Amino acid sequence: MIKYIRNFHKYRNLLYEIVRKNIKLQYRDSVLGIFWTFLQPLMTTIVLVFIFGNVFGKSNTGVVNYPIYLLCGRLLYEFYSQSTKRAMRSIRNSASVIKKVYVPKYVYPLANTISNFVTFLISLTVLVCFIIFFFVTGKNPPHITGYIFLAPIPVFILFLLSIGIGLILCTLDVFFKDVDYLYEVFCLLLFYMTPIVYRMDSLHITNKVFFLILKANPLYSITEMFRCCVLYGRMIDINHLLYSLGFSLLTIIIGLAVFYRKQDKFILHI
Amino acid sequence: MGKPAIVVENMSMMFNLNKEKVDNLKEYFIKFVTNKLHFTEFWALQDINLTVEKGDRVGILGLNGAGKSTLLKVIAGVLKPTKGTVKVTGVIAPMIELGAGFDLNYSGKENIYLYGATMGYSRKFIDKKFDEIVEFSELKEFINVPVKNYSSGMRARLGFAIASAVEPEILILDEVLSVGDAKFRKKSENKIMSMFDKGVTVLFVSHSVEQVLSICNKAIILDHGKIIAQGDAETICEQYNEMVKGK
Repeated sequence: MIKYIRNFHKYRNLLYEIVRKNIKLQYRDSVLGIFWTFLQPLMTTIVLVFIFGNVFGKSNTGVVNYPIYLLCGRLLYEFYSQSTKRAMRSIRNSASVIKKVYVPKYVYPLANTISNFVTFLISLTVLVCFIIFFFVTGKNPPHITGYIFLAPIPVFILFLLSIGIGLILCTLDVFFKDVDYLYEVFCLLLFYMTPIVYRMDSLHITNKVFFLILKANPLYSITEMFRCCVLYGRMIDINHLLYSLGFSLLTIIIGLAVFYRKQDKFILHI
Repeated sequence: MGKPAIVVENMSMMFNLNKEKVDNLKEYFIKFVTNKLHFTEFWALQDINLTVEKGDRVGILGLNGAGKSTLLKVIAGVLKPTKGTVKVTGVIAPMIELGAGFDLNYSGKENIYLYGATMGYSRKFIDKKFDEIVEFSELKEFINVPVKNYSSGMRARLGFAIASAVEPEILILDEVLSVGDAKFRKKSENKIMSMFDKGVTVLFVSHSVEQVLSICNKAIILDHGKIIAQGDAETICEQYNEMVKGK
């Protein structure tokens, strides 16, 4: 155990350098640079609000403030899907280093999750702007109460979940490249399974099993908790908290176990 | 001196040679069901026993495919041995392939920090070494250019400059002295010589017997994954020359 901690300590700078590199390179060569972390969610949210709020209608009935509702879900989902996808490919993408030099391999999926987390935190400024905008104009302002200070809790749980899933995926991806394509499809499914553009209680589902599957999605509990904090101004549901936290910790444990059992074989497959 | 820097005991390394690489689920499943998942075992290294004292400079000779690079990779910790143990005391700088840790979109300057971190050094430490690295690599005017625009010689120079600047305790050189033009080669040889004076331990792979003779004090010959001879550099080099002639 002490050996692991000492090793982590030695390579923490590598973790930092890779995070830094990912963020710096992501927007290099684009004219607006890091500004895109802010602009991209803003623009896609406008598109989604237009489509699901106006063209298809109805999605927004009964929501306090549909643009903010949608933005919350989209930001969290985007962080989850981007970070897990990046983490999944991280080992393959760093093959040239891993084959030549000894480095603790978990640094790569972890660094990719962290760098996405940093850009996600920057993109949260869009949410702040939205909230301020609706307050100033006075059109359905979100209910902001002291509970907004609980917002870091769901964000942190989502971060844990992404690390765990990232570890599992990158291990699988080394051995089976199919995971790349399958996961892409899965993320699309997840987008519609998570109440991002719609509300869970607006669904008319009679099939109990199907309903249960939808509720078992940890992203559902996490987005609900987040919206409680920044939109509804309510206390977060303790069941959601326990379920999503338990689920995330479980994925981390599974992820670490799978990763450590297989990491010596990585080099033979990449 | 006296305390061994590297101890390799009864170490063997086995690879599975499957005729085709199975890397998708469908193929794996079909082969698993039809029981066609058979591998051919290949022992790249067998029963290697090697002790390298601190300050020793060991040349590793052998024909292509004898397992030289595999041995270096096991010692560097990149590969985990199938059997046996490898114990290393001290910081290793692997120069197995120079510039392997570079990111092509990153500038030379940024890559110095990244590469240093890959070898486990802190940012502060690299800060101190930065000027020395830039000067040695002779890339001052190109240091802010992305590495993708570097020539292969420039990349190798930068890689060598970083790996040698960090003053490792153990240096692994896999035919890296064939880097760059004659002038730079001379310079890098001098650099390595100056590191010897500080008591660095060296593992050196080369096909050139002259280079081994000029650098190493000890040598081993690998053949088909086994050490067939070890001892001081001159006797072993002679033996190797005869072995090559005999074939």
